[in-house]
Amino acid sequence: MTVKLLEYQAKRQFARVGIEVPPGRLARTPDEAAAAARELGRVAVKAQVPIGGRGKAGGIAVVDTPEEAHREAARILALEIRGYPVRSVWCEAGLEIAHELYLGITLDRDRRRLALILSAAGGMEIEEVAATSPERIATLWPDPFAGPWPFQVRELAFSALAHAPALAEARGRLASALVPLAQTLYRLAVDLDAVTCEINPLALTADGRLVAADGKLEVDENAEYRHQELAAELALDLEGGDGRTGEDPFEAEAKRRGLTYVHLPGGTIGCIGNGAGLVMNTLDLVQQVGGRPNNFLDVGGGASAEKVRSSLAMVLSDPDVRGVFINIFGGITRGDEVARGIVQARDELGITLPLVVRMTGTNEEEGRRILAEAGIVPGTSAPEAARTIVELVEGAR
Amino acid sequence: MPILIDASTRVLVQGITGREGSFHTRQMQAYGTRVVAGVVPGRGGGESLGVPIFDTVAEAVAGTGADTAFTIVPPPFAADAVIEAAAVGLRLGVCVTEGIPVLDMVRATAFVAGTTMRLIGPNCPGVMTPGQSKIGFIPNHVGRPGRVGVVARSGTLTYEVIQGLSEAGYGETTAVGIGGDPVLGSTFVDILPLFAADPATHAVVLVGEIGGSDEERAAEWIRSSGFDRPVIAFISGRTAPPGKRMGHAGAIISGTTGSAQGKIDALSAAGADVAGTIEDVVRLVGARLAP
Repeated sequence: MTVKLLEYQAKRQFARVGIEVPPGRLARTPDEAAAAARELGRVAVKAQVPIGGRGKAGGIAVVDTPEEAHREAARILALEIRGYPVRSVWCEAGLEIAHELYLGITLDRDRRRLALILSAAGGMEIEEVAATSPERIATLWPDPFAGPWPFQVRELAFSALAHAPALAEARGRLASALVPLAQTLYRLAVDLDAVTCEINPLALTADGRLVAADGKLEVDENAEYRHQELAAELALDLEGGDGRTGEDPFEAEAKRRGLTYVHLPGGTIGCIGNGAGLVMNTLDLVQQVGGRPNNFLDVGGGASAEKVRSSLAMVLSDPDVRGVFINIFGGITRGDEVARGIVQARDELGITLPLVVRMTGTNEEEGRRILAEAGIVPGTSAPEAARTIVELVEGAR
Repeated sequence: MPILIDASTRVLVQGITGREGSFHTRQMQAYGTRVVAGVVPGRGGGESLGVPIFDTVAEAVAGTGADTAFTIVPPPFAADAVIEAAAVGLRLGVCVTEGIPVLDMVRATAFVAGTTMRLIGPNCPGVMTPGQSKIGFIPNHVGRPGRVGVVARSGTLTYEVIQGLSEAGYGETTAVGIGGDPVLGSTFVDILPLFAADPATHAVVLVGEIGGSDEERAAEWIRSSGFDRPVIAFISGRTAPPGKRMGHAGAIISGTTGSAQGKIDALSAAGADVAGTIEDVVRLVGARLAP
């Protein structure tokens, strides 16, 4: 799992390490946007959502006056972009852009390294460029212990710029400027444990500067423990009302509880299991026999009784849920622990909805005994259990 | 003939005194795994579960002749533990720790690549050669000696497949859970050649899932190597909602790979039988295995 930073949060990180970003102000109200326009002049008002395609969705407006900024901010703050309500806008001074480049870093799982990617064809259509003219994308996989060497970045730059005739004359100067920029961006990605760190577009201004006109940063949640400062900054933004990622309220609650949960709104069957593959398969099984899963909840390896209790409470917090399918194949997870959690949760939460438990694996006898004594009949076959829960839920309607 | 581990494998456990470490070491001992040492910095000279504890992997190897590491330490220390095992020159490392920062594993796998150690995991259920040895979490009762090789990304689905194959009487040569993390020590294409070199493995079950391109690369390997035994595949996550992703960098690198259908198509085109359900896997194995 990763944490996606908003544009202004990413740019704050860029600025911190000396990557130039345009001056800007965060606004959570139309009045604040108007004030930003008074201060900065002509500005772009940009929706702060953790997802691409906001321009096409009407989430960006360029305005000349504070009045216009007020009006456009009011409009954008009322939008919901691909499921994310807009809670703030970033008002940013305009740039005189001569050329748009792309500079990004991402995890390449096949090569087991970070990839450093450069293209002279920056802007929104970069994915299409990658698919149709891959030669216009230059990629480097730096040594994880050394990072990108200057000569490697120059090679990358000359390779990428070869496809941009307009930049032919400036290529030497640009390559030199890209060396420290790419090295800084790479160091930032490593320092923040980022799996995506992207500047798109990277603006080459009319007066020859390289400026990060937009930014995306996605950091590894597993490394959160060593990034207390970043966590504190993001928590402050959260108090300001941004929502960590403007996410689904059920998913936000799950995150607070420390659960791996994906909400599938409208479904009727809660699904809990141990291991991502098993839970995905649980969803597949429910769907194959005509049921509609409401969620994906992975209690992970070695789940305690308390975690199972919390998971059940989480799943049941959506009133659409009419029954729960718990699918446990114990390995590191022990059947008796899970069974105790299920029984506890049922008694404490007063659960009366259908509960179907499929349990096998480590300590399964003990787990099945605990369940049976509490009046919950455990199954051993997952497809059988899926059919049972779907019949109980759909039959009860 | 198994792959990776057998009755002679000598295992040291990094993290033997932890709650999970001691529980699973005991399970492994009950299974018959030759656990010869524990490594816990600062507790060398002691003993746990009937085996001596050493401060370092180097001392454990010198003292016991261990050749394989079972790494079950908390995430902040796991990559370092893997690197220590590789630096000493062990033959095999199995790391089950879940939640290791991915850039730690980028560095650890880069280091391991320069050594003689083969790494399985992290965030994996481990390896089992039924009747001989197991390292990791695979429940003791599911396996049975036999002739099918299993390689899977998901832990729990690994158990499902092993149990199904055992109950049907086919059994396994070795089952390998390679793990679910984005950066892994071994992927399908690292394990499949080992099964290819094992005449006792008459068929291979490959259990993949959405995300990444390991399954596509496995399909390419099956095609290009002329692998001559049946491959039965299963891909989980067919009904999973498309992930909410961000930025373009991931798509530039991975293109259109990663969807369940893309993986199913690639494996089918390579001649694998792709099962619709885990239960179907066992039926298809039966259909393809010579009696």
